[in-house]
Order: sequence, then C-alpha cells, then structure tokens
Amino acid sequence: MRLYILQRGTAALMVPLIAIHLALIVYATGNGLTASEILARTRGSIAWGLFYQVFVIAAAVHGAIGLRSVARDWLRIGPRPQTGLMWGFGLLLLAFGTRAVIAVVFPGSLS
Amino acid sequence: MSNTAKHLSVSVWRGFADGHYQTFEVPRQDNQTVLDVVTWIQRNTEPSLAYRFACRVGVCGSCAMTVNGRPRWTCRTHISKVVDQDGKLELAPLANLPPIKDLVADMRPFFDKWEKAEGKFHPSKTRVDPMATISPETTKRQAADKAIECINCGVCYAACDSVRWNPAYLGPAALNRAWTLANDERDAGGPQRLKAVSANGGCHSCHSHQSCEQHCPIGLNPTESIAGLKRLTVDAYIRGELS
Amino acid sequence: MSVRNTAYRGNMLWIAAMIHRVSGVLLALFLPFHFLVLGLALEGEAALDGFLIWTENPLVKFAEMGLVFLLTIHLLGGLRVLVIENLPWREDHKTLATLTTSIAAVVAFVFLTRVL
Repeated sequence: MRLYILQRGTAALMVPLIAIHLALIVYATGNGLTASEILARTRGSIAWGLFYQVFVIAAAVHGAIGLRSVARDWLRIGPRPQTGLMWGFGLLLLAFGTRAVIAVVFPGSLS
Repeated sequence: MSNTAKHLSVSVWRGFADGHYQTFEVPRQDNQTVLDVVTWIQRNTEPSLAYRFACRVGVCGSCAMTVNGRPRWTCRTHISKVVDQDGKLELAPLANLPPIKDLVADMRPFFDKWEKAEGKFHPSKTRVDPMATISPETTKRQAADKAIECINCGVCYAACDSVRWNPAYLGPAALNRAWTLANDERDAGGPQRLKAVSANGGCHSCHSHQSCEQHCPIGLNPTESIAGLKRLTVDAYIRGELS
Repeated sequence: MSVRNTAYRGNMLWIAAMIHRVSGVLLALFLPFHFLVLGLALEGEAALDGFLIWTENPLVKFAEMGLVFLLTIHLLGGLRVLVIENLPWREDHKTLATLTTSIAAVVAFVFLTRVL
C-alpha cells in the first residue's frame, strides 16, 4: 500500500517535471549540446537546483519501486531480494543523481 | 458454406500438467458450440475425457476452457466464432490454475482468493430487523449493479498476466466481487475488506493490462472495479485507516 | 509438451501496458549513466564537453531519439494508468492508446529533426 502510494505519487509529481524536461531537451539540443550552455543555465541557480533535486528523488523512488515489481514478475525473485534490489537501486540513483545535481549547480564544487 | 470442411479437427489437451494434445475428428454442424464439440467427443469417441459443465446456457460459469489459446465460456461460444474454414480447434484447461485432468482445472485457488479478498457479505442486520430499502438510483448501488453479474467462470483470472506473474495476486474476479460488496449499503464488512484488498497481492498488484475487461464473457469490467478499490484504499490511507 | 494458453495477449491495451513496463525498465537502467555523465561537470566544463562531443555522432543522436521516445511514451503510458486509477471510467481507451504512441513518435521525430 505504501509502495503503491509512493509509486503513483512520484508518477503524478513527475508529469509536469518530465514535460518541462522534454521541452528543454528539444529546445536545448537544437544547436548542439555544449557543457558551457548547460552549465550557464544551471550554475548557481537555486530554482534549477531544486527542480533537478526533486526530480532525482522522485525518479529514484519511482524507478526503484517499479524495478521491484518487474523483477518479482519476470525474474521470479523472492521478497527479500525484491526489497534488496529496490533499496539498492533507489539509493544508487539517489547518490548518482544528487552528485549530478551538485555537479551542474555549484560552480567549482570540486576544486 | 460449401467450401467449409465437413469435419472439425479438434486438438484436446489430455492428461495433467505434463500432458499432450490429442486430435479428434468431430462432425461439423451449422449450430454447434465448443461445449457441444467436447460433449460429442466424450459420448462418441473418448468416454474417459474429463471436462466440466452444468447449465449449458451461460449462467453457472463452470465450463470455461482455453479455446485456441485464450479463455472462453464454451457453452456460449459458437464454433463459427472460433474456427476458420480449415476446421481446426484447440482446447485446453483454464490457465493460471492447477490442471486436474484433461480439460478440468482446479478452481480452489480461485475461490480461496475470493474468500481472501473478503468477497463475502457481512450482514449488518438480523432477520428480525425490517428489510433494508436500497434506492437503485444511488451512485453506490449503480456501481455495484454494474459489476454484480459475475458468474465466477474464471475467464478473467486465466487471462490475467498479473495473476500469471505474481501468484499472490487475488485476481480480477475476487476484487470485482469485493468492489460490489464495498458498495453494498447493507454490508458491514467494509473496514476488514479494505484491509484485505490493500494487503500484499491485493488491488494494488493490478497493473491495468485490461485483459479481464477484454475477455469477460458477459462484458463486465473488473479493471474499473479494481480502480474503484484503489481509490477507496487511497482515501482510507489518507484518513489514516490503512497502513 | 506444454499448454498453449497465452493467445489472449496482443490486444492494443495489453501492448500499451507492456510498452509502459519495458520503457520504464530501460529508462531506469539508463538513468545511472545519465547521472554519471552530468557528474563529469564536477571535474570542470572540459570534462563534460569531452563526453558531449561524442553526442555529435549521428548514431548517438538516433540513440538519443530512442531515449526521448522512451521518456515520452512512458510519460503518456503513466498518464494512462493514473487516469484509469483515479478518474471516472472512459470507454475510448484503445483510441487513447493509439494516440499516445503517435504523440510519442512525433515528439521523438521532432527531437531528431532538431539535432540532425
């Protein structure tokens, strides 16, 4: 029940986020992808930072729960591996995604 | 229909889970149902053929089988609907249930899940109370009426990939029944039913493939009923009545 | 020998559900790589550009079009599920499913015309 609520809740949350993301993809790739163009938009922007961090959290939760269902149905794994896969994949997405948000939002965060 | 074959070539599943198809020649007639064909084989060629039926008129729900790979009620399936001019027909027991013998599947898991989904009436009154007056106009009664004509044939259950892939899933028929009872104003089992259908394998295991809706022989829509249960359980969850 | 009993599959709505599921799995598997690439910006603009040059390859652009298609069709398929589960029942699901696939294809094609 809780997983269902989280899965559908994050789905609904991501509907506008993905719409914006897709519009931006089509718009931004029109004249080639460059790091300077991407970073000029995102660096120091609290708005884009929040947008992408919320997106990352929602995608991590949504993807992890979704993969759990698919693995249960198609790989026939038991309840414990299902839970392990869900948490493992969710935390991986969260970690990689948060790192990516930090990378594009905070200028010179490494140096 | 001069170019139609005079005989049907019927492949019938014989034996148990590890059985095989056996082919029978059956005279083709203008008016003939799949159940008629099975009965003809048992009476004329193979007396040991096991199959199940009772009413022969689409009421009892006991004759469902796999016909040419998909579940159907056999007593109301005319041969012309499922057989081409080549006269080939293939019959097997219902899917997603343990085969017993030949065309008979064990319906126990189906009805066990019916119970598990609280698909039974919990009276709120006794026989000494006056009869409840239910207006047919109310939204709840109309929702119940729309889903109530289920004959328990198991066709939706056999056509459901969520059942096939997730053995814990209660399935369309049981949840459809739970939905009619959830809308029955005389029923007092609401809270425990919501708990039952929101547990593991309950309504949230439905992924809306809509095969139940496509295959129900009497045109019910279990997907819609299950969606109704999903809404009821989400509302109850928000109110803090479910965890 | 096994029983043949899966011919019920293959109708429009079943296919829509399967596309939704498969596109979801593919997107989930793509996401870690997507995040890793963006993470290159931690090492500075040059590191990210070093990868993005690779995206000029037409083959990569076709792959990107695939991703746009996956994301769009998963979004629309997800809307299908949310509508079924949360709104009053509608009778034109098959039309909607066809429309959904068409929209996803159009969005992916528009993307391709922009990048090529």
